[in-house]
Amino acid sequence: MAEEIKTIKVTIDNITIDVAPGTTILQAARMIGGDVAPPAMCYYSKLKGSGGKCRTCLVEVSKGSNADPRPMPKLVASCRTGVMDGMEVKNITSERVIDARNGVVEFLLLNHPLDCPICDQAGECHLQDLGYEHGKEGTRYEFKRRTFEKHDLGPYIQLHMTRCILCYRCVFVADQLTDKRVHGVLSRGDHAEIATYIEKSLNNDFIGNVIDVCPVGALTDRTFRFKNRVWFTKPVDAHRECPTCSGKVTLWQRGDEVLRVTARKDEWGEVKDWICNTCRFDKKHAGDWVIEGPTKINRHSVISQGHYVGLKKPKETVAAVMGGREPKLLMDIHSVSEVNSPGIDLGAIPGPATSDTFNPNPKP
Amino acid sequence: MARKVLLDKAHIEGIRYFDTYRKNGGYAAAEKALKELGPDQVTEEVKKSGLRGRGGAGFPTGMKWSFLAKPEGVPRYLVCNADESEPGTFKDRYLMEFIPHLLIEGLVIASFALGSHRTYIYIRGEYAWIVDILEQAIQEAKHHGFLGKNILGTGFDCEIYVQRGAGAYICGEETALLESLEGKRGNPRIKPPFPAVKGLWDCPTVVNNVETLAAVVPIINLGGEEYAKIGVGKSTGTKLISACGNINKPGVYEIDMTQSVEEFIYSDEYCGGIANGKKLKACIPGGSSVPILPANLLLKTAKGETRMMTYESLSDGGFATGSMMGSGGFIVLDEDQCVVRHTLTLARFYRHESCGQCSPCREGTGWMEKILHNLEYGKGKMSDIDLLWDIQRKIEGNTICPLGDAAAWPVAAAIRHFRDEFEWHVLNPEESQKRNFGIAHYADALQLA
Repeated sequence: MAEEIKTIKVTIDNITIDVAPGTTILQAARMIGGDVAPPAMCYYSKLKGSGGKCRTCLVEVSKGSNADPRPMPKLVASCRTGVMDGMEVKNITSERVIDARNGVVEFLLLNHPLDCPICDQAGECHLQDLGYEHGKEGTRYEFKRRTFEKHDLGPYIQLHMTRCILCYRCVFVADQLTDKRVHGVLSRGDHAEIATYIEKSLNNDFIGNVIDVCPVGALTDRTFRFKNRVWFTKPVDAHRECPTCSGKVTLWQRGDEVLRVTARKDEWGEVKDWICNTCRFDKKHAGDWVIEGPTKINRHSVISQGHYVGLKKPKETVAAVMGGREPKLLMDIHSVSEVNSPGIDLGAIPGPATSDTFNPNPKP
Repeated sequence: MARKVLLDKAHIEGIRYFDTYRKNGGYAAAEKALKELGPDQVTEEVKKSGLRGRGGAGFPTGMKWSFLAKPEGVPRYLVCNADESEPGTFKDRYLMEFIPHLLIEGLVIASFALGSHRTYIYIRGEYAWIVDILEQAIQEAKHHGFLGKNILGTGFDCEIYVQRGAGAYICGEETALLESLEGKRGNPRIKPPFPAVKGLWDCPTVVNNVETLAAVVPIINLGGEEYAKIGVGKSTGTKLISACGNINKPGVYEIDMTQSVEEFIYSDEYCGGIANGKKLKACIPGGSSVPILPANLLLKTAKGETRMMTYESLSDGGFATGSMMGSGGFIVLDEDQCVVRHTLTLARFYRHESCGQCSPCREGTGWMEKILHNLEYGKGKMSDIDLLWDIQRKIEGNTICPLGDAAAWPVAAAIRHFRDEFEWHVLNPEESQKRNFGIAHYADALQLA
């Protein structure tokens, strides 16, 4: 850093960090990382004006600033509240916050169909993660959930409005990445819906990015629909020379087959570089791409199951640890149990194995 | 007789027109403000008067005006909030319909004080005929040199535009109003930044209620200190109360905040008592958003003092035993009214009017309505009452704008004060549907001596 920039101190969950003025509480918390970072369903750092809507990132400000140490009376949306010097914020250390967040998650799931078993977003769904962390085991909602018809928004994107949590991210993407937005929110209240005016299709070179920003499975890739579960595919970083976009993507492969192309996402699930529709929907051959290597996936994600990235095996054997002594066998299970005797080849037995199979003295 | 400063001339024949209004002392305040006082002095007078916002929140107007950022080269705007949609509130309509020039004069003075050259009246779409009245008043004022270019030769230019809303309650919230005025979807903005810094088209903006702006006229006429002598304590000046419900004389009344609630309900000067000789059961003293109060807590505070029609007295005891002045929509319920049904009506309203932007309000208001519907129609369970309480607790304070709070408070207050009536609905599902009222033991026999 060439110039000395004045930083301000903010304390989140008793961890103090220096940040630049103008940083929001959420950004400061993400700099600390880990559990301190509040979940965010609608905030997207790359979209101007996003945030403040889902209310999952509510935090308690227990000390406003050094200049004005009064606590803020209400919980504040951390994604839209700037930090002040000396501010003290409570996130997971505040029972009020946890209680309010549980409430918000309950509200978000109230009309959500919970059709994860047939949803393409399952496995990389932010609402799933949120529900796993803060949701209740049952619902207190006894009424019919609101439903909408599915809509095809052009040849590439399908809108499944029933799953939508109205985060407005796709509206901001269309506003800020494309020349002309043709979709938006119609109606208000609990019957508000994302829609195009008179069933128009979304047709723009960058409109495919609405799929990536959607935190739930409301906007899905029609070229990938029901092709595979996310966790059965292998994410691979790749790039190509693209005249319209950066060309840096993640390929989701099964064998050599490219099932899906998405933009690369950072650890908070946000797109690093926007990609164009040609890269996303048309280039579905591994030959189109220069493969860079496997994508790093958070080891807690279901996608990383079975992929032991960075697995370290111990170099020394047991004998080396014990100073040359071989481990002593105290009891061999086969000496006391007749079951699964190594002398019997299960593959050679016709039909399923029974206790008689292992009995050396079968009854006549 | 209470002192009147807003509606004292409202019933003179032809006061709607400029000539009659001028003959009766109209536009004297505008002349005084523009010619004798400067913008800062006008603001100072308003500060001295202790005028509090009449839209519901009761924020001191002078302070709001002094918060307005005044960067060089950036226009400033004054917006008049005439989007009066709160159930039970109809005071602005009365004022604009009968004496529109009072609002125009107040707008001229306030625009002068704030340096707004383009001033907007955002009016509720359903008030279509009032738009015509206001447009005519604006044309008349322009014709007589109180609007337009170089007003009264002072070099101050000001134009007033009337913009109709499209029937959304949420557009009465000031930032949603600004969004709507800009031609966008009426979603409330996330604050901060406040409109005083970044409002209409990202310029500093003051949004004031119709009654607040009209009250600027008597403040300039009388002087701030003289105006502050009307009323009690921090509740200075006069307040319009729109009384409705089971009373003999529903209507808009101007009070100088020296009346007690009991006097307001039972005296012939105001509501004239409960209709049909019934007893008072409960009352919502400030528009549908504020907590309902049972008769015993309405007439006397928890401390045993007489409850007065002032900002402080009505909110005495917090939400546990008090309510709010709000926008002045005084809804009276007699002994035959069912609080559960009443709460359902309000919940249905808030569900319909929620903008759907933030999740607690979007989902919670609908959920509350469905549960209340079950309770009212004999399908309720005892656990539903606790569930309702939990839902409202999780909506309140967790939303972007005050609509979430406004939806939660009536439900909370109804359960707090009338829990036995909810329980009665659960225990007597058939009977509760046969007759349209609950248990009436809250009805108070108090009569004005």
